[in-house]
Amino acid sequence: MSILGNKVHRIEDPRLLTTGGTYIADLQLDNALVMHFVCSDIAHARIKHVDVTAATKVPGIVGAFTANDIRLPPMVPTLPLINKDMKRPHLAHEVVRFVGEPVVCIVGESPETCEDASELVAIDYDPLPVLVDPEQALSSNTVIHEVAGTNLVLEIGAHPDPSFFDGCEVVVKQRMLNQRLAPCPLETRGAAAYREGGRLIFHVSTQAPHAVKEILKGMLGLPDDQVRVIASDVGGGFGSKATVYPEELLVAWMAIHFDRPVRWVESRSESMVGLGHGRGQIQQVSIGGNKDGKIIAYALEIVQDAGAYPAIGSFLPQLTHMMAPGTYAIERTAFWAASVTTNTVPVVAYRGAGRPEAAAAIERAVDMFAHEIGMDPAEVRRRNFIDPSSFPYTSSVGTTYDSGNYEEALDKVLEIGGYRALREEQARRRVRSSRLQLGIGLSTYVEITNGLPSSEFGAVEVLPDGSVLVRAGTSPHGQGHHTAFAMIASEVLGVPLDSIKVITGDTDIVPRGVGTFGSRSLQTGGVAVEMASVKVVEQAKELAANLLEADPADVLLGRGGFHVAGAPAVKFSLKEIASLQAQRGERLLAEVDFRPDGPTFPFGAHLAVVEVDVETGKVVLKAFFAVDDAGRILNPLLAEGQVHGGIAQGVAQALFEEMVYDESGNPLTSTLAEYPFPSAVELPSFVLAETETPSPVNPLGVKGIGESGTIGSTPAVQNAVVDALAHLGVRHLDMPMTPERLWSVLRYS
Amino acid sequence: MRVSVKVNGRLYENEVEGRTLLVHYLRGVLGLTGTNIGCDTSSCGACTVLMDGESVKSCTVLAVQADGAEITTIEGMAQPDGSLHPIQKAFWDNHGLQCGYCTPGMVMATASLLKENPHPSEEEVRMGLEGNLCRCTGYHNIVKSVLAAAATMDGQTEAVRS
Repeated sequence: MSILGNKVHRIEDPRLLTTGGTYIADLQLDNALVMHFVCSDIAHARIKHVDVTAATKVPGIVGAFTANDIRLPPMVPTLPLINKDMKRPHLAHEVVRFVGEPVVCIVGESPETCEDASELVAIDYDPLPVLVDPEQALSSNTVIHEVAGTNLVLEIGAHPDPSFFDGCEVVVKQRMLNQRLAPCPLETRGAAAYREGGRLIFHVSTQAPHAVKEILKGMLGLPDDQVRVIASDVGGGFGSKATVYPEELLVAWMAIHFDRPVRWVESRSESMVGLGHGRGQIQQVSIGGNKDGKIIAYALEIVQDAGAYPAIGSFLPQLTHMMAPGTYAIERTAFWAASVTTNTVPVVAYRGAGRPEAAAAIERAVDMFAHEIGMDPAEVRRRNFIDPSSFPYTSSVGTTYDSGNYEEALDKVLEIGGYRALREEQARRRVRSSRLQLGIGLSTYVEITNGLPSSEFGAVEVLPDGSVLVRAGTSPHGQGHHTAFAMIASEVLGVPLDSIKVITGDTDIVPRGVGTFGSRSLQTGGVAVEMASVKVVEQAKELAANLLEADPADVLLGRGGFHVAGAPAVKFSLKEIASLQAQRGERLLAEVDFRPDGPTFPFGAHLAVVEVDVETGKVVLKAFFAVDDAGRILNPLLAEGQVHGGIAQGVAQALFEEMVYDESGNPLTSTLAEYPFPSAVELPSFVLAETETPSPVNPLGVKGIGESGTIGSTPAVQNAVVDALAHLGVRHLDMPMTPERLWSVLRYS
Repeated sequence: MRVSVKVNGRLYENEVEGRTLLVHYLRGVLGLTGTNIGCDTSSCGACTVLMDGESVKSCTVLAVQADGAEITTIEGMAQPDGSLHPIQKAFWDNHGLQCGYCTPGMVMATASLLKENPHPSEEEVRMGLEGNLCRCTGYHNIVKSVLAAAATMDGQTEAVRS
């Protein structure tokens, strides 16, 4: 029986459950120094003077560094389209551009000493005008990067021309805010570095250790064999740790400078304004169609908040563009986006990264259109879905979706959610003018995974003792790669899971790798492991055929080993073959770099049921139903876990979370006491179902599932809350839909 | 200041500064790094341990306050032969952890919760874990794990080994 498709418990868990894992703060380092940053507490200013003299005199302090002491060339944005003049120095140089930007790096014997010393650093600032609102930054005379001469990071597409909606009986327009969020992985950023035999060993909490290695090599001018990067346990990332941060790189610089181990782990309050934020789009959404429910034209215009230094966040409108029309066969779609610098924390990738923004816009727009023409939102969706027979389908923005069946997913979610009964209950409460009104929200999403297609490394080796070593280039931070990859190798090699060891995240052992982001790991790294496993079997079969004096075509891998078809008595096991190879000084090993033909397009339908207290504005998420299709599912336990976590983060955006700045650029939600990260109390259990539409672009037929939950759930919940109040005249509410926001709307409706 | 604390069944005596938090004592002095630190406002619960059988956020307790107390951390939950505590087993069986960072705190909070209320409803589990944040699981499988652990431990008189 195949192991694939089964709920296999994670091989990672016993260690995590008994030892608590080994994160950056847990590494045993002898004689290690500690790093601490003095960060800007002002959003935009010229640095007049920095005095670290008193700090350096504190016993236990070994150094206090400013940009002038480091003398590293600034980090240049690497992604395409981004204005290359908007460079980021490792420590603020001459100008500070956001609250939380590191200005001074203090190095000492203990965290307490460093904190004491940081109190003695004096920084004189000459304040500059602050830009917090990206729309204002777009037209402001204040420029955050003087060399660039503009706040515009990049611009794509074009505004719709005046005739764009000609021929539409109904056009609905709405400005929407896709607010800034803090990713909040439970482990904050951290890194540790030391020299070993002259080499630099660098531990970092990252989603992409090989990318870190390349940047370190360039920054320090070290040859490839002199740097080893290790990501052991990583306590969450959600996209935010796919970016390499200057603070982390300085740990390596300090370890070399002092020739001692150095560690840096930021506090949560530092992380809230140091780790990149997510989302941050202002959207102008316009949708046009006919009263029969047919959508004809759709326009999405975006101002993307890039934060102070352009990172991947400023590039993400590109993904929003690719997914703008969603699951619908819309004749024409117009798209324009501008990414703009502001005096805030740089915006990076956060779970979904550009696609939740696309789904939120189109799914809200479809609901508003449905309301305008007086049609059930499920029916409007049904009338506009891309036909399942038309895949691969190229959308009106030119994106080619691999496979899909959107109506099937919608039908299923309506069925498991009891849609008709919910509508009846809603009608009863409206008639009764109940204080607790029911809201029912739908979203039918499609998203893009492995959206920036790249290759991934996988290696499989049968060792002479019969055990199997799998090495994978994509390094996890909670997803369960080790279990998934071991299952794949087990399936192909016929070796039990407990004889398989998986290694990730160590650049000495895994020669190449891209990383874990964009829900790409299974469809790239997983496939590479599968292909390497198949290659190993082929190699072993050739060797077995020699031993059996048979044609390889006649040799089969059966229970216990390779044998000639029809003659299972004489056989050679993988272990025997590996051990014979070892005696010859050879290895039974295959390495594969797999690059899929294209991205994959998971999809699904989500249904949220909310109760809104019309007197207080309080929203309670009563039930959540999700049908997700990520192609073939190798381990439902892992896939469901990804969906659960994704839904929670999506719900959190809809109802609770927003990273708030005041007009002076002061962050107002910079601790977990102020930032409303939801607990178990705010969420229900979720009801999941799935459909399975395999992808044709990889041999496993798999798609990514890491971000689907987030992408589908946010608009479902948002639509549900608006739906609860639709009979009171409410047409749209921006997120987060807090009691305060609802109450102020309800008071006037 | 001198403290004498029994941690996971073993007695430790150390000199600590008055300002040393219990979590820093456990991690830094005793080297028990299974207890994680996730915030600096006592919001996240990652550092939850048992103090005399009751869950505490070890970032809100001074090491000197633990003088004379018995502390249990994640390292003390499994049997000496390595067999998992029913709560650990339930988290494993129900995929109650992903990145693992909140897990030690969740497991310890669960131990305390089930000691107080051996047969909690789903709502009671959610209320009981309100002080422990998880970013990965959406709490769905954590709640499932706690309910499963309650069912397994049903009939056992003592939820937690001391």
